[in-house]
Amino acid sequence: MDLMGLKKKSLQIRENIVTLIHKSGCGHIGGDLSVTDILVALYYSKMNCSPERIDDPSRDRFILSKGHSVEALYCILADKGYFTTEELFDTYSCYLSRFIGHPNNKIPGVEMNSGSLGHGLSVSVGMALAARMDGASYRIYTVMGDGELAEGSVWEAAMAGGHFKLDNLTAFIDRNRLQISGCTENIMAQEDLEKRWSAFGWNILSIPGNDIEKICGAIDTAKATKGKPTLIIANTTKGYGVSFMENKAEWHHRVPTDKEYHTAMEELEEKRRAAS
Amino acid sequence: MNRIANKQVICNVLLEKARKDKDIVVLCSDSRGSGSMTKFAEEFPEQFIEVGIAEQNLVSISAGLAKCGKKPFAVSPASFLSTRSMEQVKVDVAYSHTGVTLIGISGGISYGALGMTHHSANDIAAMASIPGLRVYLPSDRFQTERLVLSLLKDSEPAYVRVGRNAVEDVYEDERVPFEMDRATVVQEGNDVTLIACGEMVKPAKDAAQMLAEKSISARVLDMYCVKPIDRDAVLKAACETKGIVTVEEHTIFGGLGSMVSQIISEEHPVFVKNLSLPDSPVVTGESQEVFDYYGLNSAGILKAAEEVVSHG
Repeated sequence: MDLMGLKKKSLQIRENIVTLIHKSGCGHIGGDLSVTDILVALYYSKMNCSPERIDDPSRDRFILSKGHSVEALYCILADKGYFTTEELFDTYSCYLSRFIGHPNNKIPGVEMNSGSLGHGLSVSVGMALAARMDGASYRIYTVMGDGELAEGSVWEAAMAGGHFKLDNLTAFIDRNRLQISGCTENIMAQEDLEKRWSAFGWNILSIPGNDIEKICGAIDTAKATKGKPTLIIANTTKGYGVSFMENKAEWHHRVPTDKEYHTAMEELEEKRRAAS
Repeated sequence: MNRIANKQVICNVLLEKARKDKDIVVLCSDSRGSGSMTKFAEEFPEQFIEVGIAEQNLVSISAGLAKCGKKPFAVSPASFLSTRSMEQVKVDVAYSHTGVTLIGISGGISYGALGMTHHSANDIAAMASIPGLRVYLPSDRFQTERLVLSLLKDSEPAYVRVGRNAVEDVYEDERVPFEMDRATVVQEGNDVTLIACGEMVKPAKDAAQMLAEKSISARVLDMYCVKPIDRDAVLKAACETKGIVTVEEHTIFGGLGSMVSQIISEEHPVFVKNLSLPDSPVVTGESQEVFDYYGLNSAGILKAAEEVVSHG
Protein backbone atom coordinates (compact mmCIF):
# COMPACT_ATOMS: atom_id res chain seq x y z
CA MET A 1 0.00 0.00 0.00
CA ASP A 2 1.41 3.39 -0.96
CA LEU A 3 1.72 6.33 1.41
CA MET A 4 -1.53 7.95 0.31
CA GLY A 5 -3.31 4.63 0.76
CA LEU A 6 -1.86 4.23 4.25
CA LYS A 7 -2.99 7.73 5.24
CA LYS A 8 -6.50 7.07 4.01
CA LYS A 9 -6.51 3.69 5.73
CA SER A 10 -5.59 5.36 9.03
CA LEU A 11 -8.56 7.69 8.72
CA GLN A 12 -10.90 4.84 7.83
CA ILE A 13 -9.68 2.80 10.80
CA ARG A 14 -10.21 5.81 13.06
CA GLU A 15 -13.80 6.07 11.84
CA ASN A 16 -14.25 2.38 12.66
CA ILE A 17 -12.73 2.79 16.12
CA VAL A 18 -14.95 5.74 17.00
CA THR A 19 -17.99 3.89 15.67
CA LEU A 20 -17.14 0.69 17.54
CA ILE A 21 -16.69 2.50 20.84
CA HIS A 22 -19.81 4.60 20.39
CA LYS A 23 -21.86 1.56 19.45
CA SER A 24 -20.57 -0.71 22.23
CA GLY A 25 -20.44 1.97 24.90
CA CYS A 26 -16.92 1.15 26.02
CA GLY A 27 -13.31 1.41 24.97
CA HIS A 28 -10.11 3.38 25.32
CA ILE A 29 -10.58 5.87 22.54
CA GLY A 30 -7.72 8.27 23.26
CA GLY A 31 -4.98 5.64 23.13
CA ASP A 32 -6.64 3.91 20.18
CA LEU A 33 -6.43 7.08 18.14
CA SER A 34 -2.84 7.82 19.14
CA VAL A 35 -1.58 4.32 18.24
CA THR A 36 -3.57 3.88 15.00
CA ASP A 37 -0.86 5.10 12.64
CA ILE A 38 1.73 2.77 14.14
CA LEU A 39 -0.58 -0.21 13.69
CA VAL A 40 -1.55 0.78 10.15
CA ALA A 41 2.12 1.10 9.17
CA LEU A 42 2.84 -2.34 10.62
CA TYR A 43 -0.18 -4.24 9.33
CA TYR A 44 -0.60 -2.63 5.89
CA SER A 45 3.01 -2.05 4.98
CA LYS A 46 5.79 -3.50 7.09
CA MET A 47 4.78 -6.73 8.79
CA ASN A 48 4.91 -10.06 7.07
CA CYS A 49 1.59 -11.52 8.16
CA SER A 50 -1.84 -12.19 6.73
CA PRO A 51 -5.09 -13.87 7.69
CA GLU A 52 -4.39 -16.63 5.17
CA ARG A 53 -1.24 -17.58 7.11
CA ILE A 54 -2.28 -17.16 10.73
CA ASP A 55 -0.10 -20.02 11.99
CA ASP A 56 2.74 -19.64 9.50
CA PRO A 57 5.90 -20.08 11.62
CA SER A 58 7.69 -17.48 9.48
CA ARG A 59 5.16 -14.71 10.14
CA ASP A 60 6.18 -11.54 11.92
CA ARG A 61 4.75 -11.31 15.43
CA PHE A 62 3.01 -8.34 17.02
CA ILE A 63 2.22 -7.93 20.72
CA LEU A 64 -0.03 -5.08 21.84
CA SER A 65 1.52 -4.55 25.24
CA LYS A 66 -0.78 -1.59 25.87
CA GLY A 67 -3.69 -3.96 25.54
CA HIS A 68 -6.33 -1.38 26.36
CA SER A 69 -5.95 -0.08 22.79
CA VAL A 70 -7.57 -3.27 21.60
CA GLU A 71 -10.28 -1.49 19.61
CA ALA A 72 -7.62 -0.18 17.21
CA LEU A 73 -6.14 -3.66 16.83
CA TYR A 74 -9.53 -5.33 16.37
CA CYS A 75 -10.61 -2.80 13.72
CA ILE A 76 -7.43 -3.44 11.77
CA LEU A 77 -7.63 -7.23 12.07
CA ALA A 78 -11.25 -7.11 10.94
CA ASP A 79 -10.37 -4.87 8.02
CA LYS A 80 -7.56 -7.25 7.08
CA GLY A 81 -10.00 -10.17 7.09
CA TYR A 82 -8.95 -12.09 10.20
CA PHE A 83 -12.64 -12.06 11.17
CA THR A 84 -15.66 -10.15 9.99
CA THR A 85 -16.31 -6.52 10.79
CA GLU A 86 -19.94 -7.48 11.34
CA GLU A 87 -19.14 -9.90 14.14
CA LEU A 88 -16.85 -7.36 15.78
CA PHE A 89 -19.35 -4.53 15.61
CA ASP A 90 -22.33 -6.68 16.58
CA THR A 91 -20.75 -8.42 19.56
CA TYR A 92 -17.84 -6.39 20.95
CA SER A 93 -18.01 -6.49 24.76
CA CYS A 94 -21.48 -8.04 24.60
CA TYR A 95 -22.63 -10.92 26.77
CA LEU A 96 -20.81 -14.13 25.75
CA SER A 97 -18.87 -12.39 22.96
CA ARG A 98 -15.40 -13.64 22.11
CA PHE A 99 -14.37 -10.01 21.65
CA ILE A 100 -13.47 -8.79 25.12
CA GLY A 101 -11.99 -5.45 26.11
CA HIS A 102 -8.36 -6.54 25.87
CA PRO A 103 -6.50 -8.73 23.36
CA ASN A 104 -7.17 -12.44 23.61
CA ASN A 105 -5.37 -15.00 21.51
CA LYS A 106 -8.49 -17.01 20.90
CA ILE A 107 -9.20 -14.26 18.36
CA PRO A 108 -7.52 -14.96 15.00
CA GLY A 109 -4.50 -12.75 14.54
CA VAL A 110 -3.92 -12.03 18.24
CA GLU A 111 -0.70 -13.68 19.41
CA MET A 112 -0.85 -13.17 23.17
CA ASN A 113 -3.30 -12.06 25.80
CA SER A 114 -2.48 -8.67 27.24
CA GLY A 115 -4.13 -5.97 29.27
CA SER A 116 -2.03 -6.15 32.39
CA LEU A 117 0.70 -3.66 31.57
CA GLY A 118 4.40 -4.41 31.51
CA HIS A 119 4.25 -7.88 30.00
CA GLY A 120 4.52 -7.40 26.25
CA LEU A 121 8.18 -6.53 26.00
CA SER A 122 9.28 -9.57 28.04
CA VAL A 123 7.14 -11.87 25.91
CA SER A 124 8.61 -10.22 22.80
CA VAL A 125 12.13 -10.86 24.11
CA GLY A 126 11.23 -14.55 24.41
CA MET A 127 9.87 -14.61 20.86
CA ALA A 128 12.97 -12.86 19.53
CA LEU A 129 15.19 -15.38 21.31
CA ALA A 130 13.17 -18.23 19.81
CA ALA A 131 13.59 -16.77 16.31
CA ARG A 132 17.32 -16.47 16.81
CA MET A 133 17.60 -20.05 18.13
CA ASP A 134 15.81 -21.32 15.04
CA GLY A 135 17.75 -19.14 12.65
CA ALA A 136 14.41 -17.74 11.53
CA SER A 137 14.09 -14.34 9.89
CA TYR A 138 10.76 -13.26 11.33
CA ARG A 139 10.67 -10.08 13.37
CA ILE A 140 8.94 -9.15 16.61
CA TYR A 141 7.07 -5.88 17.15
CA THR A 142 5.46 -4.56 20.30
CA VAL A 143 3.81 -1.31 21.35
CA MET A 144 3.90 -0.02 24.91
CA GLY A 145 2.22 3.02 26.38
CA ASP A 146 4.28 5.71 28.04
CA GLY A 147 2.36 5.38 31.30
CA GLU A 148 3.16 1.66 31.12
CA LEU A 149 6.85 2.43 31.54
CA ALA A 150 6.32 2.85 35.28
CA GLU A 151 5.94 -0.93 35.49
CA GLY A 152 9.21 -2.41 36.75
CA SER A 153 8.90 -5.47 34.54
CA VAL A 154 9.35 -3.24 31.47
CA TRP A 155 12.88 -2.53 32.62
CA GLU A 156 13.67 -6.17 33.26
CA ALA A 157 12.75 -6.74 29.62
CA ALA A 158 14.62 -3.66 28.42
CA MET A 159 17.72 -4.97 30.17
CA ALA A 160 17.34 -8.39 28.57
CA GLY A 161 16.68 -6.99 25.08
CA GLY A 162 19.91 -5.03 25.22
CA HIS A 163 21.87 -7.83 26.88
CA PHE A 164 20.88 -10.35 24.22
CA LYS A 165 21.40 -7.79 21.40
CA LEU A 166 18.04 -8.69 19.87
CA ASP A 167 18.16 -6.87 16.56
CA ASN A 168 15.04 -8.76 15.41
CA LEU A 169 13.02 -6.92 18.06
CA THR A 170 11.42 -3.51 17.56
CA ALA A 171 9.50 -1.84 20.37
CA PHE A 172 7.38 1.28 20.11
CA ILE A 173 6.46 3.67 22.86
CA ASP A 174 3.18 5.40 22.13
CA ARG A 175 4.43 8.62 23.66
CA ASN A 176 1.23 10.61 23.95
CA ARG A 177 2.20 12.03 27.36
CA LEU A 178 -1.18 11.35 28.93
CA GLN A 179 -2.48 8.57 31.11
CA ILE A 180 -5.74 8.06 32.93
CA SER A 181 -4.90 10.43 35.79
CA GLY A 182 -3.28 13.15 33.72
CA CYS A 183 0.12 14.09 32.32
CA THR A 184 2.73 11.33 32.49
CA GLU A 185 5.35 13.80 33.62
CA ASN A 186 3.33 14.70 36.70
CA ILE A 187 2.47 11.12 37.57
CA MET A 188 5.84 9.47 37.00
CA ALA A 189 8.27 11.43 34.86
CA GLN A 190 9.43 9.73 31.69
CA GLU A 191 11.72 12.42 30.32
CA ASP A 192 15.07 11.49 28.79
CA LEU A 193 13.62 8.30 27.37
CA GLU A 194 16.39 8.28 24.76
CA LYS A 195 19.09 8.28 27.43
CA ARG A 196 17.32 5.74 29.59
CA TRP A 197 16.81 3.18 26.82
CA SER A 198 20.13 3.89 25.19
CA ALA A 199 21.80 3.05 28.50
CA PHE A 200 20.07 -0.33 28.34
CA GLY A 201 21.70 -1.06 24.98
CA TRP A 202 18.93 -0.09 22.58
CA ASN A 203 19.06 1.75 19.28
CA ILE A 204 16.78 4.75 19.72
CA LEU A 205 14.66 6.48 17.08
CA SER A 206 12.41 9.38 18.04
CA ILE A 207 9.80 10.34 15.45
CA PRO A 208 6.51 12.16 15.04
CA GLY A 209 4.30 9.23 15.97
CA ASN A 210 1.25 10.09 13.88
CA ASP A 211 3.27 10.53 10.69
CA ILE A 212 2.97 7.30 8.74
CA GLU A 213 5.85 8.07 6.44
CA LYS A 214 8.15 8.64 9.40
CA ILE A 215 6.88 5.48 11.12
CA CYS A 216 7.57 3.38 8.03
CA GLY A 217 11.03 4.92 7.71
CA ALA A 218 11.82 4.15 11.34
CA ILE A 219 10.73 0.53 10.93
CA ASP A 220 13.04 0.22 7.91
CA THR A 221 15.89 1.68 9.96
CA ALA A 222 15.16 -0.78 12.75
CA LYS A 223 15.27 -3.67 10.29
CA ALA A 224 18.64 -2.52 9.03
CA THR A 225 20.11 -2.05 12.50
CA LYS A 226 22.33 -4.91 13.61
CA GLY A 227 23.53 -5.91 17.06
CA LYS A 228 20.89 -4.19 19.17
CA PRO A 229 17.11 -3.93 19.46
CA THR A 230 15.42 -0.74 18.35
CA LEU A 231 13.10 1.43 20.37
CA ILE A 232 10.93 3.80 18.36
CA ILE A 233 9.71 6.64 20.51
CA ALA A 234 6.57 7.59 18.64
CA ASN A 235 5.66 11.09 19.80
CA THR A 236 1.93 10.89 19.33
CA THR A 237 -1.14 12.88 20.23
CA LYS A 238 -3.75 11.21 22.39
CA GLY A 239 -7.07 11.27 20.56
CA TYR A 240 -5.30 12.14 17.29
CA GLY A 241 -7.62 12.89 14.39
CA VAL A 242 -10.61 14.10 16.38
CA SER A 243 -9.78 17.65 17.37
CA PHE A 244 -11.98 17.90 20.44
CA MET A 245 -10.45 14.70 21.86
CA GLU A 246 -6.82 15.58 21.21
CA ASN A 247 -4.51 15.98 24.20
CA LYS A 248 -7.26 15.53 26.76
CA ALA A 249 -6.76 12.91 29.48
CA GLU A 250 -10.52 12.64 29.96
CA TRP A 251 -10.66 10.89 26.59
CA HIS A 252 -8.57 8.03 27.94
CA HIS A 253 -11.70 5.94 28.06
CA ARG A 254 -14.66 8.25 27.70
CA VAL A 255 -17.40 7.17 25.35
CA PRO A 256 -18.64 9.85 22.93
CA THR A 257 -22.24 10.98 23.19
CA ASP A 258 -24.38 10.78 20.06
CA LYS A 259 -23.64 14.41 19.30
CA GLU A 260 -19.93 14.01 19.90
CA TYR A 261 -19.92 10.89 17.76
CA HIS A 262 -21.46 12.69 14.79
CA THR A 263 -19.07 15.60 15.19
CA ALA A 264 -16.09 13.25 15.31
CA MET A 265 -17.26 11.30 12.27
CA GLU A 266 -17.85 14.46 10.25
CA GLU A 267 -14.29 15.57 10.97
CA LEU A 268 -12.77 12.18 10.10
CA GLU A 269 -14.86 11.82 6.92
CA GLU A 270 -13.89 15.31 5.85
CA LYS A 271 -10.22 14.49 6.36
CA ARG A 272 -10.58 11.29 4.38
CA ARG A 273 -12.27 13.10 1.52
CA ALA A 274 -9.54 15.71 1.56
CA ALA A 275 -6.90 12.98 1.40
CA SER A 276 -8.44 11.47 -1.74
CA MET B 1 19.79 -43.86 51.12
CA ASN B 2 19.21 -42.06 47.83
CA ARG B 3 21.46 -39.03 47.44
CA ILE B 4 19.98 -37.44 44.37
CA ALA B 5 17.65 -34.50 44.83
CA ASN B 6 14.52 -34.39 42.70
CA LYS B 7 15.75 -31.19 41.03
CA GLN B 8 18.85 -33.09 39.91
CA VAL B 9 16.61 -35.73 38.39
CA ILE B 10 14.84 -33.03 36.36
CA CYS B 11 18.18 -31.86 35.01
CA ASN B 12 19.22 -35.41 34.17
CA VAL B 13 16.01 -36.03 32.20
CA LEU B 14 16.35 -32.76 30.32
CA LEU B 15 20.02 -33.46 29.58
CA GLU B 16 19.09 -36.74 28.00
CA LYS B 17 16.14 -35.42 26.02
CA ALA B 18 17.75 -32.16 24.91
CA ARG B 19 20.31 -34.07 22.89
CA LYS B 20 17.65 -35.02 20.39
CA ASP B 21 15.07 -32.30 21.01
CA LYS B 22 16.52 -28.91 20.22
CA ASP B 23 13.30 -27.18 21.22
CA ILE B 24 13.91 -27.94 24.91
CA VAL B 25 15.10 -24.73 26.56
CA VAL B 26 16.05 -24.22 30.20
CA LEU B 27 15.81 -20.72 31.67
CA CYS B 28 17.24 -19.69 35.03
CA SER B 29 17.18 -16.53 37.11
CA ASP B 30 20.71 -16.72 38.49
CA SER B 31 19.55 -20.10 39.76
CA ARG B 32 21.44 -22.61 37.64
CA GLY B 33 23.50 -23.79 40.61
CA SER B 34 20.69 -24.00 43.12
CA GLY B 35 18.48 -25.54 40.44
CA SER B 36 21.09 -28.19 39.56
CA MET B 37 21.11 -26.90 35.99
CA THR B 38 24.80 -26.03 35.73
CA LYS B 39 25.51 -29.18 33.74
CA PHE B 40 22.69 -28.41 31.34
CA ALA B 41 24.00 -24.87 30.85
CA GLU B 42 27.45 -26.22 30.12
CA GLU B 43 26.39 -28.99 27.76
CA PHE B 44 23.68 -27.07 25.92
CA PRO B 45 24.60 -23.38 25.99
CA GLU B 46 22.47 -22.81 22.89
CA GLN B 47 19.44 -24.19 24.74
CA PHE B 48 20.04 -22.36 28.00
CA ILE B 49 18.96 -18.81 28.78
CA GLU B 50 20.12 -16.89 31.83
CA VAL B 51 17.88 -13.90 32.60
CA GLY B 52 19.51 -12.76 35.82
CA ILE B 53 17.62 -12.12 39.03
CA ALA B 54 14.35 -11.23 37.32
CA GLU B 55 11.63 -13.80 37.89
CA GLN B 56 8.89 -11.84 36.13
CA ASN B 57 11.04 -11.58 33.03
CA LEU B 58 11.92 -15.27 33.37
CA VAL B 59 8.29 -16.30 33.10
CA SER B 60 7.25 -13.93 30.31
CA ILE B 61 10.32 -14.74 28.21
CA SER B 62 9.48 -18.42 28.67
CA ALA B 63 5.95 -17.71 27.43
CA GLY B 64 7.29 -15.96 24.34
CA LEU B 65 9.59 -18.90 23.62
CA ALA B 66 6.73 -21.37 24.02
CA LYS B 67 4.50 -19.34 21.72
CA CYS B 68 7.19 -19.69 19.05
CA GLY B 69 7.47 -23.46 19.34
CA LYS B 70 9.98 -23.99 22.14
CA LYS B 71 9.55 -26.21 25.21
CA PRO B 72 10.74 -23.93 28.00
CA PHE B 73 11.51 -25.05 31.55
CA ALA B 74 11.71 -21.99 33.81
CA VAL B 75 13.75 -22.95 36.86
CA SER B 76 13.74 -20.63 39.85
CA PRO B 77 13.28 -20.81 43.63
CA ALA B 78 9.66 -21.69 44.32
CA SER B 79 9.27 -18.80 46.73
CA PHE B 80 9.97 -16.19 44.06
CA LEU B 81 8.62 -18.05 41.04
CA SER B 82 5.21 -18.72 42.54
CA THR B 83 4.38 -15.30 43.93
CA ARG B 84 6.70 -12.60 42.61
CA SER B 85 5.91 -13.66 39.05
CA MET B 86 2.39 -14.84 39.77
CA GLU B 87 0.82 -12.36 37.38
CA GLN B 88 3.13 -13.37 34.56
CA VAL B 89 2.17 -16.98 35.24
CA LYS B 90 -1.50 -16.04 35.23
CA VAL B 91 -1.47 -13.89 32.07
CA ASP B 92 1.41 -15.04 29.89
CA VAL B 93 1.44 -18.74 30.74
CA ALA B 94 -2.01 -19.88 31.84
CA TYR B 95 -4.35 -17.33 30.26
CA SER B 96 -2.37 -17.08 27.04
CA HIS B 97 -2.07 -20.87 27.12
CA THR B 98 1.63 -21.22 26.46
CA GLY B 99 3.38 -24.52 27.09
CA VAL B 100 5.71 -23.39 29.85
CA THR B 101 6.83 -25.77 32.58
CA LEU B 102 7.59 -23.85 35.74
CA ILE B 103 10.03 -25.62 38.05
CA GLY B 104 9.88 -24.27 41.58
CA ILE B 105 13.08 -25.43 43.23
CA SER B 106 13.86 -25.56 46.94
CA GLY B 107 10.14 -25.45 47.58
CA GLY B 108 8.30 -25.38 50.88
CA ILE B 109 10.70 -24.77 53.74
CA SER B 110 13.72 -26.32 51.99
CA TYR B 111 15.77 -23.24 52.67
CA GLY B 112 15.23 -23.78 56.40
CA ALA B 113 16.99 -21.16 58.45
CA LEU B 114 17.06 -18.63 55.58
CA GLY B 115 13.61 -17.59 56.69
CA MET B 116 10.21 -16.77 55.29
CA THR B 117 11.49 -14.75 52.33
CA HIS B 118 12.85 -18.00 50.94
CA HIS B 119 10.00 -20.28 51.97
CA SER B 120 7.16 -21.14 49.63
CA ALA B 121 4.57 -22.40 52.05
CA ASN B 122 1.78 -20.97 49.89
CA ASP B 123 2.86 -21.89 46.38
CA ILE B 124 0.23 -24.60 45.93
CA ALA B 125 -2.48 -22.12 46.87
CA ALA B 126 -1.08 -19.44 44.55
CA MET B 127 -0.45 -21.60 41.53
CA ALA B 128 -3.51 -23.85 41.85
CA SER B 129 -5.78 -20.82 41.99
CA ILE B 130 -4.79 -19.88 38.44
CA PRO B 131 -7.25 -21.29 35.88
CA GLY B 132 -5.63 -23.78 33.54
CA LEU B 133 -2.43 -24.29 35.49
CA ARG B 134 -1.53 -27.78 36.69
CA VAL B 135 0.37 -28.24 39.94
CA TYR B 136 2.62 -31.20 40.72
CA LEU B 137 4.68 -32.16 43.77
CA PRO B 138 6.56 -35.37 43.02
CA SER B 139 7.71 -37.43 45.98
CA ASP B 140 10.94 -39.14 44.96
CA ARG B 141 13.48 -39.45 42.17
CA PHE B 142 11.66 -42.20 40.31
CA GLN B 143 8.35 -40.39 40.27
CA THR B 144 10.02 -37.10 39.35
CA GLU B 145 11.57 -38.75 36.32
CA ARG B 146 8.28 -40.21 35.19
CA LEU B 147 6.52 -36.91 35.70
CA VAL B 148 9.03 -34.87 33.68
CA LEU B 149 8.99 -37.40 30.85
CA SER B 150 5.22 -37.14 30.81
CA LEU B 151 5.27 -33.32 30.84
CA LEU B 152 7.63 -33.33 27.87
CA LYS B 153 4.94 -35.09 25.86
CA ASP B 154 2.35 -32.35 26.18
CA SER B 155 2.29 -28.60 25.67
CA GLU B 156 0.08 -27.58 28.58
CA PRO B 157 1.30 -25.20 31.29
CA ALA B 158 2.41 -26.73 34.57
CA TYR B 159 4.05 -25.82 37.86
CA VAL B 160 6.28 -28.43 39.50
CA ARG B 161 7.56 -27.98 43.04
CA VAL B 162 10.61 -29.91 44.19
CA GLY B 163 12.67 -29.65 47.35
CA ARG B 164 16.26 -28.64 47.84
CA ASN B 165 17.67 -31.79 49.35
CA ALA B 166 17.93 -35.42 48.36
CA VAL B 167 14.96 -37.32 49.68
CA GLU B 168 14.63 -40.97 50.52
CA ASP B 169 13.06 -43.17 47.91
CA VAL B 170 9.39 -43.89 48.23
CA TYR B 171 9.39 -46.41 45.45
CA GLU B 172 11.73 -49.32 45.08
CA ASP B 173 12.96 -48.80 41.58
CA GLU B 174 12.24 -47.26 38.25
CA ARG B 175 9.17 -49.45 37.88
CA VAL B 176 7.32 -46.96 40.02
CA PRO B 177 3.62 -47.15 39.22
CA PHE B 178 2.74 -43.95 37.43
CA GLU B 179 -0.28 -42.72 35.61
CA MET B 180 -0.47 -39.05 34.72
CA ASP B 181 -2.91 -37.13 36.93
CA ARG B 182 -3.85 -40.20 38.95
CA ALA B 183 -2.74 -40.61 42.55
CA THR B 184 -0.25 -43.38 43.10
CA VAL B 185 -1.35 -45.95 45.66
CA VAL B 186 1.82 -46.42 47.68
CA GLN B 187 0.14 -49.10 49.72
CA GLU B 188 -3.37 -50.39 50.16
CA GLY B 189 -5.24 -50.26 53.46
CA ASN B 190 -8.79 -50.13 54.74
CA ASP B 191 -8.80 -48.48 58.19
CA VAL B 192 -7.51 -45.02 57.38
CA THR B 193 -6.09 -43.20 54.36
CA LEU B 194 -3.00 -41.03 54.41
CA ILE B 195 -2.93 -38.58 51.49
CA ALA B 196 0.37 -36.80 51.03
CA CYS B 197 2.34 -34.96 48.38
CA GLY B 198 5.98 -34.09 47.77
CA GLU B 199 8.40 -34.80 50.57
CA MET B 200 5.60 -35.77 52.94
CA VAL B 201 4.88 -39.03 51.13
CA LYS B 202 7.88 -40.82 52.64
CA PRO B 203 6.95 -40.08 56.28
CA ALA B 204 3.37 -41.05 55.42
CA LYS B 205 4.63 -44.38 54.13
CA ASP B 206 6.75 -44.84 57.26
CA ALA B 207 3.74 -43.98 59.43
CA ALA B 208 1.70 -46.62 57.63
CA GLN B 209 4.27 -49.25 58.54
CA MET B 210 4.19 -48.13 62.19
CA LEU B 211 0.38 -48.28 62.11
CA ALA B 212 0.55 -51.82 60.72
CA GLU B 213 2.49 -52.84 63.81
CA LYS B 214 -0.50 -51.62 65.78
CA SER B 215 -2.84 -53.60 63.55
CA ILE B 216 -4.15 -50.47 61.81
CA SER B 217 -4.33 -50.82 58.06
CA ALA B 218 -3.45 -47.53 56.41
CA ARG B 219 -3.83 -46.73 52.75
CA VAL B 220 -1.21 -44.30 51.44
CA LEU B 221 -1.97 -42.12 48.43
CA ASP B 222 0.80 -40.16 46.77
CA MET B 223 -1.15 -37.17 45.46
CA TYR B 224 1.72 -35.75 43.38
CA CYS B 225 -0.97 -34.33 41.07
CA VAL B 226 -2.34 -31.70 43.44
CA LYS B 227 -4.10 -30.13 40.49
CA PRO B 228 -5.87 -31.73 38.77
CA ILE B 229 -6.38 -33.67 41.97
CA ASP B 230 -7.39 -37.30 41.62
CA ARG B 231 -10.96 -36.90 42.82
CA ASP B 232 -11.83 -40.53 42.30
CA ALA B 233 -8.99 -41.72 44.51
CA VAL B 234 -10.05 -39.32 47.27
CA LEU B 235 -13.67 -40.44 47.14
CA LYS B 236 -12.70 -44.10 47.01
CA ALA B 237 -10.64 -43.54 50.15
CA ALA B 238 -13.56 -41.80 51.82
CA CYS B 239 -15.86 -44.69 50.97
CA GLU B 240 -13.51 -47.54 51.80
CA THR B 241 -11.70 -46.27 54.94
CA LYS B 242 -12.84 -44.65 58.18
CA GLY B 243 -11.23 -41.29 57.57
CA ILE B 244 -8.41 -39.35 55.99
CA VAL B 245 -5.20 -37.65 57.10
CA THR B 246 -3.69 -35.16 54.67
CA VAL B 247 -0.04 -34.20 54.96
CA GLU B 248 1.68 -31.36 53.16
CA GLU B 249 4.64 -29.01 53.38
CA HIS B 250 2.33 -26.04 52.92
CA THR B 251 0.04 -23.70 54.79
CA ILE B 252 -3.42 -24.96 55.72
CA PHE B 253 -4.95 -22.46 53.29
CA GLY B 254 -5.56 -23.59 49.73
CA GLY B 255 -3.31 -26.62 49.68
CA LEU B 256 -3.77 -30.38 49.48
CA GLY B 257 -5.74 -30.54 52.74
CA SER B 258 -8.14 -27.85 51.59
CA MET B 259 -8.74 -29.56 48.27
CA VAL B 260 -9.29 -32.99 49.80
CA SER B 261 -11.62 -31.52 52.43
CA GLN B 262 -13.69 -29.76 49.76
CA ILE B 263 -14.19 -32.98 47.85
CA ILE B 264 -15.03 -34.94 50.97
CA SER B 265 -17.46 -32.39 52.36
CA GLU B 266 -19.28 -32.11 49.05
CA GLU B 267 -19.60 -35.76 48.19
CA HIS B 268 -18.87 -38.15 51.06
CA PRO B 269 -18.24 -36.57 54.47
CA VAL B 270 -15.83 -38.49 56.67
CA PHE B 271 -13.48 -37.33 59.41
CA VAL B 272 -10.48 -35.53 57.91
CA LYS B 273 -7.39 -34.30 59.70
CA ASN B 274 -5.13 -31.82 57.89
CA LEU B 275 -1.45 -31.74 58.82
CA SER B 276 0.27 -28.64 57.52
CA LEU B 277 2.61 -25.79 58.29
CA PRO B 278 1.29 -23.02 60.57
CA ASP B 279 -0.22 -19.68 59.55
CA SER B 280 2.93 -17.89 60.66
CA PRO B 281 6.63 -17.80 59.81
CA VAL B 282 8.01 -21.19 60.79
CA VAL B 283 10.54 -21.68 63.58
CA THR B 284 14.20 -21.44 62.65
CA GLY B 285 15.90 -24.67 61.76
CA GLU B 286 16.86 -27.15 59.08
CA SER B 287 13.86 -28.49 57.24
CA GLN B 288 13.70 -31.80 59.13
CA GLU B 289 13.90 -29.93 62.43
CA VAL B 290 11.03 -27.74 61.33
CA PHE B 291 9.01 -30.74 60.15
CA ASP B 292 9.55 -32.40 63.53
CA TYR B 293 8.55 -29.25 65.39
CA TYR B 294 5.18 -29.15 63.63
CA GLY B 295 4.55 -32.88 63.63
CA LEU B 296 5.07 -33.27 59.91
CA ASN B 297 6.85 -36.58 60.42
CA SER B 298 5.94 -40.22 60.76
CA ALA B 299 5.20 -39.85 64.49
CA GLY B 300 2.88 -36.90 63.87
CA ILE B 301 1.11 -38.69 61.05
CA LEU B 302 0.76 -41.81 63.20
CA LYS B 303 -0.86 -39.79 65.96
CA ALA B 304 -3.27 -38.10 63.55
CA ALA B 305 -4.18 -41.43 61.96
CA GLU B 306 -4.95 -42.98 65.33
CA GLU B 307 -7.18 -40.02 66.13
CA VAL B 308 -9.04 -40.47 62.86
CA VAL B 309 -9.48 -44.20 63.44
CA SER B 310 -10.73 -43.71 67.01
CA HIS B 311 -13.10 -41.00 65.82
CA GLY B 312 -14.48 -43.26 63.11
